[in-house]
Amino acid sequence: MSSVAQKRSFGAAFWDWMTTVDHKKIGILYLIGGGFFFVLGGIEAMIIRLQLLKPNNDLVSAGLFNDLITMHGTTMIFLAAMPILFGFMNYIMPLQIGARDVAFPFINSLGFWMFFFGGLFLNISWLVGQVPDAGWTSYASLSLASTGHGIDFYAIGLQIAGGGTLMAGINFLVTIINMRAPGMTYMRMPLFTWTTFVASAMILFAFPPLTVGLFFLTFDRMFNGNFFDHTMGGNTIIWEHIFWIFGHPEVYILILPAFGIFSEIFTIFSRKRLFGYPAMVFATVLIGFLGFMVWAHHMFTVGLGPTANAIFAVATMAIAVPTGVKIFNWLLTIWGGSITVTTPMLYALGFIPSFVMGGVTGVMQGAAPLDYQLHDSYFIVAHFHYVIVGGVVLAILGGLHLYWPKMFGTMLNETLGKITFIFFFVGFHCTFLIQHWLGFWGMPRRVWTYMDGQGWNTANMISSIGALLMAIGVIVLVINIIMTVAKNQRVGNDPWHDGRTLEWAIPSPPPFYNFTTTPLVRGLDSVWIEKSEGNMTGLTPAEPVSDIHMPNGSIIPFLMTFGMFVAGFGAMYHQETSWGLPVLIFGLAWTFVAMSARSLQDDLGFHVTKEEIQRDIDNARKGGQF
Amino acid sequence: MAEVQMYKRTPVEQDLHIRRAKETMRGQVLMFSLMIFMTLASFTFVVAYQQGVEGFSQYLVIPVLFLFAAVQVGLQLYYFMHMKDKGHGVPQMFMFTGAVFGFLIPLTFVTIVWW
Repeated sequence: MSSVAQKRSFGAAFWDWMTTVDHKKIGILYLIGGGFFFVLGGIEAMIIRLQLLKPNNDLVSAGLFNDLITMHGTTMIFLAAMPILFGFMNYIMPLQIGARDVAFPFINSLGFWMFFFGGLFLNISWLVGQVPDAGWTSYASLSLASTGHGIDFYAIGLQIAGGGTLMAGINFLVTIINMRAPGMTYMRMPLFTWTTFVASAMILFAFPPLTVGLFFLTFDRMFNGNFFDHTMGGNTIIWEHIFWIFGHPEVYILILPAFGIFSEIFTIFSRKRLFGYPAMVFATVLIGFLGFMVWAHHMFTVGLGPTANAIFAVATMAIAVPTGVKIFNWLLTIWGGSITVTTPMLYALGFIPSFVMGGVTGVMQGAAPLDYQLHDSYFIVAHFHYVIVGGVVLAILGGLHLYWPKMFGTMLNETLGKITFIFFFVGFHCTFLIQHWLGFWGMPRRVWTYMDGQGWNTANMISSIGALLMAIGVIVLVINIIMTVAKNQRVGNDPWHDGRTLEWAIPSPPPFYNFTTTPLVRGLDSVWIEKSEGNMTGLTPAEPVSDIHMPNGSIIPFLMTFGMFVAGFGAMYHQETSWGLPVLIFGLAWTFVAMSARSLQDDLGFHVTKEEIQRDIDNARKGGQF
Repeated sequence: MAEVQMYKRTPVEQDLHIRRAKETMRGQVLMFSLMIFMTLASFTFVVAYQQGVEGFSQYLVIPVLFLFAAVQVGLQLYYFMHMKDKGHGVPQMFMFTGAVFGFLIPLTFVTIVWW
């Protein structure tokens, strides 16, 4: 919301969103982009479950099934879960630390557009009809043997999107280190900010291996490289190592922000300080560190040898300790609290048993000998859906209900929210709980169909029905969103009434400069402290009202990324066509020109004057909207 | 803030500033000489080994070269890139974490993992 409300043409609004460097707008763009891919991945999941509904089904062919499972996994991890979490991080984290924007607004915008174009690139494979089909892990022996351009889409699309992720991670790190408000020490940061910090640090260390691995794969497939080709002296196992050195931290990059969102929900709706805050912070950091030490537990059956398997098994089980610390701290936060069971709280309460179940099966697989039995069975599918859906997706849905009023100034309908929760939660357990047994009964993962008479029919039927229930839950959510947007009933600063952190002391949605004056932070749960001492605004200013320096918008990030997108097609087709190489060079040159334009341009941003801010403050005092 | 603020140091402050600058400069020159000396020493070691001078076996020369290299990296980071100064705690933490990962993961590969 601008400080001066005005009617704008569609073109102007569109241009504003294309060029925005405002962390709040980029956060919303991430949510929209991630939401779109979430629906896409969900449709793929529904087709998978329909195919497996009954034995000997031929709804889709075996090849198409491989496409579907690969794209479902890749889309959900890289293009849905991570961007949606980035949306929350972008929007909420600067508000929680009292900052006016992220440290590098331009790079923030660049990160979003790289994610968007990377995702687009990956999904154009559906239109071309050559789709990645080697699983989301894209193990080299499969991916090098895959014909067509499917895997090329995977390698280049993820390369572009991964670059965006790395930028976003570094941006968050610098923001949290440098832009905290006066008094916001590390040990006063809200837990969502802490988990953003640790997840970003993990991105910093985990994404470079992925970049290297994807470049190797790109070279092998498109530029006659032999990194993974054993007949030419390469090594196919090394891809698995590189992938999982990235891949295991990746799952913690997903779950840590989810933990952060739940920590916020538990404290707000229990009206209590987070129990054991220092232990929570320590556990978060420890999980982040240990996450890099366990990658080989994905490869127990490769034959690393008993020594390696034993060491990685022990390291894996060690992670259960800090995770357990977190679970108990959440339980003790609720314990004795004044609990209100709102929609976000329902998600948080549902999360604890669901995630614990996922964690327990994780420790089971961590035992290397048992993993030999469980490997590549439906038990594995059940396990990782329990942690990712039971952890990350519940956090995304809970966080969406929690932060919707802050982002859009309207409240999602609570009744519909609870209906969504019930459908989704019941559907989730219905889908995945039975899959543990399917695994025990010997059903391998990634099979496109199964024969009758193996005792898997009913279980698969139940699982598919559960998927349908989840879909109904999501549809109710969409209806809820449409209704809420249509009604447009505005809410105040703190619609949940018990907000504890800085974002709840400013208008919903916040003005584009966030804070009229930088707040002074006097402890953990700053707003709660101020309110309990009688300052009902929740904020103590750390400085007088003064001019605010803000960045200008720019279309250059969009153009820069567009060049990479074009170059990607050039790289992919350069072997069989004559136009491929020129297009590759043109795309890269385009990007470099855009980069130079940015470097040569002397953009110093603009100032919001004292008078404008004072006018906004006076206007708000009279009961007006920002 | 839009307007530029001019601040005039008091004579005492100016004095302290100059003394600190001098100390820093002395440190820089000292470390620079040390690094040049170590570089020369390294070359001398290698030449001595190549000429077959008594006592300069590869078991002496190679570890010493590595040691000198490590010291030089340290000096470079701490003196010339100012890691010894205040406000470098977070970068240090990240660099050391990265170094630990960069050391441990290859160590795993060469010791326990088959690949």
